[in-house]
Amino acid sequence: MKFGVVQFPGSNCDFDCYYALNDILQVPVEWVWHKQERLDGFDCIFLPGGFTYGDYLRVGAIARYSPVMTAVIDFAEKGGLVIGICNGFQVLTEAGLLPGTLTRNECLHFICKQQTVRVENIDTPFTRICKKKQVLQIPIAHGEGCYYADKETINRLEKNNQIILKYCDVNGNISKQANPNGSLSNIAGISNKERNVFGLMPHPERCIEDCLGSDDGRLIFESILMYLEKKNILVE
Amino acid sequence: MWFVKVNVGLKKGVLDAQGKATHQALLSLGFSNVKDVGVGKLIELQVEGNSKEEIETQVRDMCKKLLSNPVIEDFKYEIEEQ
Amino acid sequence: MEKFEQKRFWQKWNLTSNEYKCICHMLKREPNELELGIYSVMWSEHCSYKNTRSLLKMLPTKADWVAQGPGENAGVIDIGEKELVVMKMESHNHPSAVEPFQGAATGVGGILRDIFTMGARPIAILDSLFFGDFNENKTKYLFNGVVGGISFYGNCVGVPTVGGETIFSKSYQGNILVNVMCVGLVKKEHIVRALAKGTGNSVILIGAKTGRDGIGGAAFASVELNKQSEEDRPAVQIGDPFAEKLLIEACLELVQFEEVIGLQDCGAAGLTSSLSEMAARGNSGLEIELSQVPQREVGMNPFEIMLSESQERMIVVVEKGKEERVLSTLKKWDLDSSIIGYVKDHSRFVIKNNGEIVADIPVESLADGAPVIKRKIKEPELQKRINQLNLDEIKEFDDYNTVLLQLLSSPNLSCKEDIYQQYDHMVQVNTVIPPGDDAAVLRVKGTKKAIALTTEGNGRYCFLNPFQGAQIAVAEAARNLSCKGALPRAVTDCLNFGAPENSDSYWQMVQAIKGLSESCEFFDTPVISGNVSLYNENDGKPIDPTPVIGMVGVINDCKHICTLDFKAKNDLIFLLGESHNELGGSEYLEFIHHRKCGLPPILNLSLEKTIQSFCRKMIEKDLLASAHDCSLGGLAIALSESCISSGLGAEVELKTDIRSDCCLFGESQSRIIVSANAEKAKKVAEFAKNEKIPFQPLGYVKGNCLKINGWINIPVSQLKKAWHRINLNLKKDN
Repeated sequence: MKFGVVQFPGSNCDFDCYYALNDILQVPVEWVWHKQERLDGFDCIFLPGGFTYGDYLRVGAIARYSPVMTAVIDFAEKGGLVIGICNGFQVLTEAGLLPGTLTRNECLHFICKQQTVRVENIDTPFTRICKKKQVLQIPIAHGEGCYYADKETINRLEKNNQIILKYCDVNGNISKQANPNGSLSNIAGISNKERNVFGLMPHPERCIEDCLGSDDGRLIFESILMYLEKKNILVE
Repeated sequence: MWFVKVNVGLKKGVLDAQGKATHQALLSLGFSNVKDVGVGKLIELQVEGNSKEEIETQVRDMCKKLLSNPVIEDFKYEIEEQ
Repeated sequence: MEKFEQKRFWQKWNLTSNEYKCICHMLKREPNELELGIYSVMWSEHCSYKNTRSLLKMLPTKADWVAQGPGENAGVIDIGEKELVVMKMESHNHPSAVEPFQGAATGVGGILRDIFTMGARPIAILDSLFFGDFNENKTKYLFNGVVGGISFYGNCVGVPTVGGETIFSKSYQGNILVNVMCVGLVKKEHIVRALAKGTGNSVILIGAKTGRDGIGGAAFASVELNKQSEEDRPAVQIGDPFAEKLLIEACLELVQFEEVIGLQDCGAAGLTSSLSEMAARGNSGLEIELSQVPQREVGMNPFEIMLSESQERMIVVVEKGKEERVLSTLKKWDLDSSIIGYVKDHSRFVIKNNGEIVADIPVESLADGAPVIKRKIKEPELQKRINQLNLDEIKEFDDYNTVLLQLLSSPNLSCKEDIYQQYDHMVQVNTVIPPGDDAAVLRVKGTKKAIALTTEGNGRYCFLNPFQGAQIAVAEAARNLSCKGALPRAVTDCLNFGAPENSDSYWQMVQAIKGLSESCEFFDTPVISGNVSLYNENDGKPIDPTPVIGMVGVINDCKHICTLDFKAKNDLIFLLGESHNELGGSEYLEFIHHRKCGLPPILNLSLEKTIQSFCRKMIEKDLLASAHDCSLGGLAIALSESCISSGLGAEVELKTDIRSDCCLFGESQSRIIVSANAEKAKKVAEFAKNEKIPFQPLGYVKGNCLKINGWINIPVSQLKKAWHRINLNLKKDN
């Protein structure tokens, strides 16, 4: 299996994702430059966090048109796994691979802190080793993480179980107090209908090692590994 | 040369947190007759072209593709020849 | 000398007649307008340090582990395992007072460049901020702007802001202090110096285009500027963190190329200072062609181009004929680049505009030529008066509960979470101890090591006694690091004072530097880099002298660290060190009794060093559950913080051989509160006894309340509420 981490101008968490995959989980991973037009041989693509193009004009709006995104969209349509973290999630919504949009935090400023989220759907390549309603501690760091979509879209997401993570308190209760940014329905992460594209605002790559405060992020990474291992066995 | 002014604003019904905060601030400065505030973006372009119609088609395309986010934003524009 | 009647020009440019004579002597003729402007900027206090150079010589700058002391863009220490730590602190006080958001943002941008210009990846930012009266609207405006600016720039470039301090005091009303520190990591083989050498080598300007930024802020006017350009001149520098991020990545690739001879950032005084400093360090000359400088504005004249402070620009010196790889790397990152000149074998700085020579100056005269100013040192008359404090005049309270809650919710002691949560403090996945503790700790990937970082400055102590206050700043910084298990290794400083022409300010500065010297020498923490900011005053009245210390410490094994929160019920709590009847200069004295007088607490350097060393040893042996230093607000505040952060209560009995208020809120030095489980506590006590460490059992981690003697009995939940009461998201207030 092969992982790819896309580097856009202004990506910051690209190094952190690469480090998680290469050094901690020790799986094959390659850099994908934003001008690259092909994604041959990859099984899973990471769109990392950061401030692509300085977040200028609109978050993710300019990165969405990078040459590599045509290949990412094609890759996703053919069933390849794509995970967009924070700014990566924003790029996915701009590219139309995920519905809705991310807007300015309700409190109008950047928030960086440890956050608890509840796993709403474990039937995805990204959450399959989690338990239903499991509470994970994964840090957030964003100024524009408030998820918005029209009523119809939200209903559709709920109906199709496309809401994968919701902000919750330490006991797993979904509440306004537990919502750090005003996201509708406390949405922290969603997938497409096919479940191969996952966008989330929290940063799982920041909690893979105990010494950094939590290693709950491992569950997401290991879910992907398990899914890909099983898939490769089936193919063989 | 054509001068284009594009105004991008939030659609009605979408929470305008910046507008709300600005409104509060104006009220506390004593401007009690301000009933509503919306905060948007002004983008100014200088474009070469032959006709206004040609420019207009392009501007609409730019707005839909890049300058605005159709999920939550509307746009309007003015085009003037130099 | 006919042009001497142009003396109105050199006065306009803040040069003295003596300095003008020196310039004429060095040039062997009178300077032209551009040359005069260049000298004026290079010989300004900011660039030449003419008022402080002789004093800074007192500071200790050497040690076996120092790879680079003052003289380059930043200081460098060797932490072992082939890793070098690069560190510097700088002030951006005056720009931040004018435009707080951009002033703070460009302050961050500038200090980042000082780090990656050495070839080091910036891995942490810390900021020491001093604002005026918390309740003033102006303060709220400046505070929001500064925190917003640091957040905007630091977050966008992907460097975590992991620590710092925020102090509110009337002393800084009208002249805030924004000191920003940056730390970077580099492997030994990739460190690069900022010099220009090798005749014929290319001088390349990279990054943003040059505009008229910052020229309006210059302390002089040029007759060459026309009316139109005056209007176009933005006085404030605007930062572009996205451009900086691209510059960081490009430069970190460039420094690995052998053909790169030198790298320097363009900071204050723009191309003028960067180019002349590079030439001076390389003992070379330079020839620059201004028409090759990529310009953002139309019709810029040589003066504007040379003095522009447009941000996010660097100078690279590359071996002749080998520019291709450098230029294509810059293209890859979509950065502008232009060969603007060449290194020459003469020792002059020659500037051409469209082929015509517009300035020709001996290099040495610019970087090192400013005549050093020495002044008389005289203790202020009022000094003895402000040092008077009769404790009998201070009433002890019966009920300290209210006092503690008031102090916890005071601006200087309250929780700073609202501030540091606006900074991404986790990016780069190195943050092992995040903001909110005594010091931040970052692991060093690929090694077992970690580094601890802190900043410390106390203007009030320094106002009362600048020598002692400066010593204490160093001791407290070192104590912060020792409490996390780190051995203090080096200092970077930012010395903020009033005008040197004011004899009181000058005396304060001399005393503070003396105090710093002695303290840094004692703690084996050489000063490897730093910055001086003078002329900090408010209506002619100087701010409290505020030397700020940034310090780095090394932890050999990242597993052996210690945080300040209590860990488990029934753990024993101890005090290392001793408390005395001292209230001078304390937060308690000023906030509760509205007095700013007395002497700072006594610092016994020997005792301080011994106690810190003991604390580190206990942490290394994994014997401590928590360690927290006592500083602002004293023991009661430190205990409250350990309770609030853990949610656990404590029952503590303090010795009552001193006054109750001194027990609770006195700021006696060299004290650390530690806790340990019963089994390990026995070992700690044993070690303390054998090593004759002042050691006092205080009590236990117990219950849901903080109980101290009969004086304090407050539920931890109430302490927490008080500590979080102040909303430091001042935007929310109407």
